[in-house]
Amino acid sequence: MLKHRLIPNIILNNGNVIQSVNFKHTNVIGNAITAVDFFNSWAVDEIIILDVSRTTDYRTNFHKIIRGLSKRCFVPLTIGGWIKDTTEIRTLLLEGADKISINTEAVRNPKLISESVKIFGSQCIVVSIDIRKNKANQYEVYVDRGRESTGLDPIEWAKKVEKLGAGEILLTSIDREGTLKGYDLELLQSVATNVTIPVIAFGGAGNWQHFVDGITIGKADAVSAANIFHYTEHSTYNAKEYLNKMGINVRMPTFYKLPTPRRPRYDEIF
Amino acid sequence: MIAIIEYGMGNVRSVSNAFELLGTKIEITNDPKQLSYADAIILPGVGAFSDGMRNLREKGLIDALREEILEKKKPYLGICLGLEFLAEKSFEGGIHEGLGWLKGIVTKIEPHHSSHKVPHMGWDDTKITKTGGILTELENPSFYYLHSYYLKVDDSEKSVITSTCDYGGNNITTSIQKDNIYAVQFHPEKSQETGLKLLKNFLDIINK
Repeated sequence: MLKHRLIPNIILNNGNVIQSVNFKHTNVIGNAITAVDFFNSWAVDEIIILDVSRTTDYRTNFHKIIRGLSKRCFVPLTIGGWIKDTTEIRTLLLEGADKISINTEAVRNPKLISESVKIFGSQCIVVSIDIRKNKANQYEVYVDRGRESTGLDPIEWAKKVEKLGAGEILLTSIDREGTLKGYDLELLQSVATNVTIPVIAFGGAGNWQHFVDGITIGKADAVSAANIFHYTEHSTYNAKEYLNKMGINVRMPTFYKLPTPRRPRYDEIF
Repeated sequence: MIAIIEYGMGNVRSVSNAFELLGTKIEITNDPKQLSYADAIILPGVGAFSDGMRNLREKGLIDALREEILEKKKPYLGICLGLEFLAEKSFEGGIHEGLGWLKGIVTKIEPHHSSHKVPHMGWDDTKITKTGGILTELENPSFYYLHSYYLKVDDSEKSVITSTCDYGGNNITTSIQKDNIYAVQFHPEKSQETGLKLLKNFLDIINK
């Protein structure tokens, strides 16, 4: 049987792994090599890396980081942030990405979804949707790291990206992100049950039970989190063990001995 | 030297990373001549069937593949599209001709219930129906899948199937072996130690 996936999300600002609360950056946690190495040995099913830098000054190094990380990552690697055209997608795939997540540009130029699906296939294109409640207390899609309202209804937009060929949706509640209060289950369920492509829940997971709720109540196919994984020893392994104990069909947790030597600094993997 | 064919269809680096980790010399190439120097050939690939076949054709790779694999019998490992291409034809966005090295077709996954989403994406149990070869020492493995279409082998050639996976009532052929031709629908390069073991088994076959 197809298993539910547990996916750590590594948020990078100019190469630094950061903690994010409601899309505002707080602490710098460290570098992505350590994070990827730990997650790889702790039974994760995939890894997402999002570049949330405010400028592209660091982008060349970001590409090098992805190339270096892909050499030590033997689960699928999804890369997002600053995806504006198919050239950038091709570059990242050549650097070692397996899937690409598009957000802001998908709203501004929906043709980018269909174009990239035609070239790289549905299975490669994830559309990331950030949602917050607007002043009228309605769910609305926001872009540009939550700065710009779009007037789009989440369900309608999710259906449209599915129609344009996207293979998966990464659904983020901005209001919950970083709060550790759990996923917005109402929002999650409303989107997940209205599309036939897989939905990844993100934003708010603060304990292992939140993952269970995201799957059983929210109907998510996969669950993702960032902050919670960085501060706990064996975090993703323990989360997997909990999911398994609660009867969720997941890949069994095993500790995987990483065959690559430790490399604590970026310049060592460039 | 093992040649990995780069023809503009996706995650070639992930595949070469995995083989490099296993300590093998890899040549990423789209040059038909290079294939004659290779001990084995790997054809990875994600994306659309028709684009993939067109790229192979335009780069003159199809004749080279026929010569090296069907005539000289070099070990071949197809991954994802590299499995689907073996079929006679695919129904992905029209009808497209494949390599035709196997009797069979490529068709869309049509789950019997909407709770099974398409693409078939993630880790899934894989039922081994014939042990040995690249599946040596793998028991009830889970592999990472990422596809919307699958290979349906013709009844007359069912004996090539080495593993299957049931997804929403579709009996998906997940790996085949026909003489020196090995191919898998899932992604061993992204299936952690289970996948690396499969790739190691392929290397053992080459070095035998």
